[in-house]
Amino acid sequence: MAETDAQGQSYEAQHVHSVYEEIASHFSSTRYKPWPIVERFLEERPDGAIGADVGCGNGKYLSINDKVFIVGSDRSTNLVSIAKQHHQHLNTSSLVVADNLSLPHPLHAFDFAISIAVIHHLSTPARRVEAVAAVLELLKGAGGRALIYVWALEQKDSRRGWDEGHEQDVMVPWVMKGKKEKKTGSAKKGRRKGDGEEGYGEAAKEEEQAVAAVQDKTFLRYYHLYRKGELEHDVEEAGGVVVESGYEKDNWWAIARLKDGDGR
Amino acid sequence: MKLLTLNFLTCAIKTCKGSPASFPLHPRDSELEIIETDINLPFLKNILPRLTWDAVRTISTELGLPELPATAPTREDLVEPSSTSEDDAEEVPTQVAKDLHRLLLETCVKEGKLVCGCCEHEYQVKEGVANFLLPGHLV
Repeated sequence: MAETDAQGQSYEAQHVHSVYEEIASHFSSTRYKPWPIVERFLEERPDGAIGADVGCGNGKYLSINDKVFIVGSDRSTNLVSIAKQHHQHLNTSSLVVADNLSLPHPLHAFDFAISIAVIHHLSTPARRVEAVAAVLELLKGAGGRALIYVWALEQKDSRRGWDEGHEQDVMVPWVMKGKKEKKTGSAKKGRRKGDGEEGYGEAAKEEEQAVAAVQDKTFLRYYHLYRKGELEHDVEEAGGVVVESGYEKDNWWAIARLKDGDGR
Repeated sequence: MKLLTLNFLTCAIKTCKGSPASFPLHPRDSELEIIETDINLPFLKNILPRLTWDAVRTISTELGLPELPATAPTREDLVEPSSTSEDDAEEVPTQVAKDLHRLLLETCVKEGKLVCGCCEHEYQVKEGVANFLLPGHLV
């Protein structure tokens, strides 16, 4: 964890940005299932709404609702390339490479914004609040809504086993499997299992065990694990109002609007 | 990058955002391509009120595309009158709708630059993706 803004920036460059560039392809192959809260939020947007997906990764949320237009952005050029390959012929989205603290969008021009599993990668409290503010300031005052989703500290039943009272700033390994050789026999072909943190990467575990992996490579990514109430606090610090919030599968989420926006 | 996207992009430098000159970004040295997609009339009708038409016109002119009328078409302009229906799916797009679809959703910047009218910073577009990462001294 960094202390100053400048340290935070270079820390994240090393422990977040460069890691995602390297693991982009493998990471993407494990990110195909949308989270129910995010899916619900997108499906509830009015027809023709304009949205921003800040930190869109491989773009898995760009095609949930084909009645809205979404501009997706990500810091990782490689992830954006993958997202583009998947969405080349989709009418209702577009992609750019951008940093979430320097977004290339006009202020208050969007009906909605989402930032899913992004803000927990910022390494100082001030930078996290700034990242929330950067999402909120995209919103129109009238009816604008943002959904923010971060990894929770309280996840004692997860594989990681973190819980209340544990260290919140952690380095999380991503194991990229090396060259694979199938064992003799009837190993089923399955999706590769990423060392996925959010709980939806487990499906292919059995298939994985039928495959002998050599030359595994481990990458460490920085995360700030949010404790209960912390996301709501950050939203308020950033000038927002929490409309709804909750916990879903090892993550905290909040739907927010601007303080001076209306309550619609 | 679809031209529609330019309606929702500006300079990534914070001090430019308050300046009217930073919107829209100006395409320069652009190589355009057409990526055909199925026309979606209900979608076009719904995004129409969210367009900044002056920006659409400016960009179109700067790219050397045919000049657009001074005011945006209305939702009615997009639907063949004989086909107007409660059910969106029954409606037939007019030539105006087809032209708008071609301009906003099928015409893409493949290579080139996007330039901020405020600070003159140039953002590169490569293989259809604009890159807004700033060099360290501008962050």
